[in-house]
Amino acid sequence: MNPALSELGRIYPPERLLVQPGQLVPYESDALTAFRARPLAVVLPETTDEVVQTIGWCARHKVPYVARGSGTSLSGGSLPVEGGLVIGLNRMNKLLRLDPAERVAVVQPGFINLEVSNAAAPYGLYYAPDPSSQPVSTIGGNLAFNSGGAHCLKYGMTSNHVLGAKVVLPTGEIVELGSQSLEGVGPDWLGLFVGSEGLMGIAVEVTLRLLPKPEKYHTVLAAYDSLEKAGNAVAAVVASGLLPGAMEIMDHLAIEAAEAAVKAGYPMDARALLIVELEGEAPEVEAEARHLGDVIAASGAYEVRVARDADERAKIWKGRKAAFSAVGRLSPDYLVQDGVVPRSKLGQALLEIERLSQQYGLRVANVFHAGDGNLHPLILYDGKVKGQLEQAEALAGEILKLCVSLGGSITGEHGVGMEKKAYMPAMFSQADLALMRRIRRAVDPDELANRGKMFPHSEAPALTPHGPHPLEKAGVIWRE
Amino acid sequence: MQHKIDTQSIGPQGEVMAHAVEACVHCGFCLPACPTYAVLGEEMDSPRGRIFLMKEVLEGNLQLEEAAPYIDKCLGCLGCVTACPSGVPYGELISTFRGWAEPRRHRSPFARAFRLGIMELLPYPKRFRAGAQLGRIGKVFKPLLPQALQAPLELLPERLEPAPPLPEFFPAKGPRRARVALLAGCAQQVLKPNFNWATLRVLAENGVEVVIPSGQACCGAAAMHTGERGRALALARQNLKAFPNDVDAILSNAAGCGSGLREYGLLFVGEPEHEAAEAFSKRVQDVSAFLVNLGLVEPPALKQPLKVAYHDACHLAHAQGVRSEPRKLLRSIGGLELVEIPEGELCCGSAGTYNLEQPAIAATLGERKARNILATGAQAIATGNIGCFTQIQSHLRKLRREVPMYHTLEILDLAYQGKL
Ligand SMILES: Cc1cc2nc3c(=O)[nH]c(=O)nc-3n(C[C@H](O)[C@H](O)[C@H](O)COP(=O)(O)OP(=O)(O)OC[C@H]3O[C@@H](n4cnc5c(N)ncnc54)[C@H](O)[C@@H]3O)c2cc1C
Repeated sequence: MNPALSELGRIYPPERLLVQPGQLVPYESDALTAFRARPLAVVLPETTDEVVQTIGWCARHKVPYVARGSGTSLSGGSLPVEGGLVIGLNRMNKLLRLDPAERVAVVQPGFINLEVSNAAAPYGLYYAPDPSSQPVSTIGGNLAFNSGGAHCLKYGMTSNHVLGAKVVLPTGEIVELGSQSLEGVGPDWLGLFVGSEGLMGIAVEVTLRLLPKPEKYHTVLAAYDSLEKAGNAVAAVVASGLLPGAMEIMDHLAIEAAEAAVKAGYPMDARALLIVELEGEAPEVEAEARHLGDVIAASGAYEVRVARDADERAKIWKGRKAAFSAVGRLSPDYLVQDGVVPRSKLGQALLEIERLSQQYGLRVANVFHAGDGNLHPLILYDGKVKGQLEQAEALAGEILKLCVSLGGSITGEHGVGMEKKAYMPAMFSQADLALMRRIRRAVDPDELANRGKMFPHSEAPALTPHGPHPLEKAGVIWRE
Repeated sequence: MQHKIDTQSIGPQGEVMAHAVEACVHCGFCLPACPTYAVLGEEMDSPRGRIFLMKEVLEGNLQLEEAAPYIDKCLGCLGCVTACPSGVPYGELISTFRGWAEPRRHRSPFARAFRLGIMELLPYPKRFRAGAQLGRIGKVFKPLLPQALQAPLELLPERLEPAPPLPEFFPAKGPRRARVALLAGCAQQVLKPNFNWATLRVLAENGVEVVIPSGQACCGAAAMHTGERGRALALARQNLKAFPNDVDAILSNAAGCGSGLREYGLLFVGEPEHEAAEAFSKRVQDVSAFLVNLGLVEPPALKQPLKVAYHDACHLAHAQGVRSEPRKLLRSIGGLELVEIPEGELCCGSAGTYNLEQPAIAATLGERKARNILATGAQAIATGNIGCFTQIQSHLRKLRREVPMYHTLEILDLAYQGKL
């Protein structure tokens, strides 16, 4: 073991300091397996003090590091820095405090999203942000990516539900950002940290806001014979003045995949499915349900179902939440894209994506948070066919540019990570990016925390198993 | 996931493994379903981590011995298969990989002897019975024995119940509704002979006549799941010959054995009997599923209400998708209140020979399961697998909180007899 590593061995017992190839290989990727990198070592801290000591070690030896929760990032966010350290936080998974009266929960970063709601359930409370990965993904990862979910339409993203965070800065200092209450003093430092993708330090304690569980849900599944009609229905619902908890669309490929995975009982002949969910106090939901019924009836749906009980509701959602992974059943490989367009441009964006799909000869499945215009085109390809990955990536790039040109964004919730950093200049000016970089360097002068992510022209991506990244070939990114 | 596994040179088993690797998208939905990930909290002890490791070994990028410790720690409970939205046939991958890897493994002489001991003992009820008797005597010397030999002793009962020989034929009561063949199972014939007798009586009560072919062998699941493919094939060949065709179904009352029989199609990939084995597998059912399909003759209601916790054996729930059937059977008994066990999807740590080979993890899971069961406040526990039965019983005993345990069919049997 090299001397620096044996120094780490004084912080960690052998079973929590992983250095053997068989231990490192499984940490080489997150949920975007097109990128892989072998870290120098993986450490599994169990206390804040161990995190502080580890960061100190990294700073002394100038070793870059990446924090990792459950490794479900879809953008290479938790991809190791080649030769750097992975700090696996999944063992720091305790619920530190749950205060039903104050409606807050304080958790360690490795606590799983869904477990927050499970712990709060006996008090009639829950944690609102619901990424599809909620049974797996950690609060630390959610925070770093400002994750969203189907119900963020009404309630907002992670940032709207985090009150405070204790953070170990890249210098090893511990700071407390935010506060326990909704009113803070001074600028929103916590806001700067949320969504910073692990570049500004490691969250070791997070205070979350809990909400009372809605008294009643009204979940509607509407089937359409075209994607456009479903898209227009979303616009119609919003125009009618309703604010549903969630509005989701799946196209026929996604329906097929989800059905194969979890047998949700979706109408299989539909070209598009729209899920709309109202939630809140019973009388209010009942009144809104009638209103919604009229809007949907006028929207050209050929079949409308309303969940009669909690089981039927769960089944509708199960299909939707399994859709990403389920697409693995339709194709050996796929890229999950994540872009945003203004809601009014949904129909236009979908038509354009369909045209691009035909042009590239690659199937694209669409599952998306229609209510907030957050598209998730899944680009299906076969990595064994030479050049198809590059084609798929090029198609993904065109979709992102399309989103920006329609006035939207290159990411809704999956983050920039490794995958999208080359597109940052499409969204931000040189001056914007330079400021971000200055702020980052002020916090992390050596750029050790998750080095090489988010900023274009920052250190190069890891070697992919299939030669140079297309963006490399295009001269957009490079490796030293 | 992309891979460069050379299926040409590995052969038909290579195809099976490559197909599973391809289906995995590394999304991580398997993590919360994996008992070893729950206990160890490391990526290499998770299903997707193991898939990564197996892929790297098969591609020649990683030494087998580097990956082996983590592959060995997999319980084969298939909780991940239930959780996986992409439909990765993980069970096929791990079984096939273990078979491929075993001849390439370096094992210490002690480890080899230990494995050989298990393989020469467990599948043969007579030898197992003799071994178990010896083992009971050996308990006295337990503290003197190496750790690896202590685990099996802990699972042995204080005293072995008498095991009258099973008949080759057990007639139906009243008009015959069906005719089936029963796999008697190895360990349960020694440890819990009443499982089979209760099964025979319940089937008879339901108008089912049963043949127990005398030429039958161990199902071979334990051998198959630990990479001893040659042994598994030899046992399976005996069963292909021994089981008759003139029956409506081949039944098993042990989750692990039933799922073993249902895997013959996979075991025989690349062998001349492949088709016959696939056809055989399709005829196999768990006794609970068979009874539900047949339509259960309603048992009399209990004299006193009884709160029963049903424990899902992984090889029923995850491997065979049999979850509702045993519950239906139990609910059909008037006065029986069925309760669900928290974390019911999580393996109890028994997993075939796992509690012998990985005693530490098995013990952690066993205790966790026992505590979860106790939390239900149940007055009795039902399950459909001998492995789970001994594991849970031994951990309840360790906590000094014994709760009466039954095979699902034993509860039905007692209900029919009016003894509950
Ligand atoms: C099938 C599937 C469905 C998904 N659905 C959604 C969805 O609906 N909405 C959505 O928003 N996302 C979704 N995601 C993406 C992903 O689950 C989220 O980004 C999630 O927040 C990542 O959490 P994680 O614990 O896996 O983090 P990781 O992947 O381990 O890490 C993600 C990022 O967070 C950083 N990080 C982790 N912990 C900390 C910490 N304690 N302090 C600082 N930085 C940290 C890492 O360095 C990395 O940059 C999905 C992913 C999959 C595979």
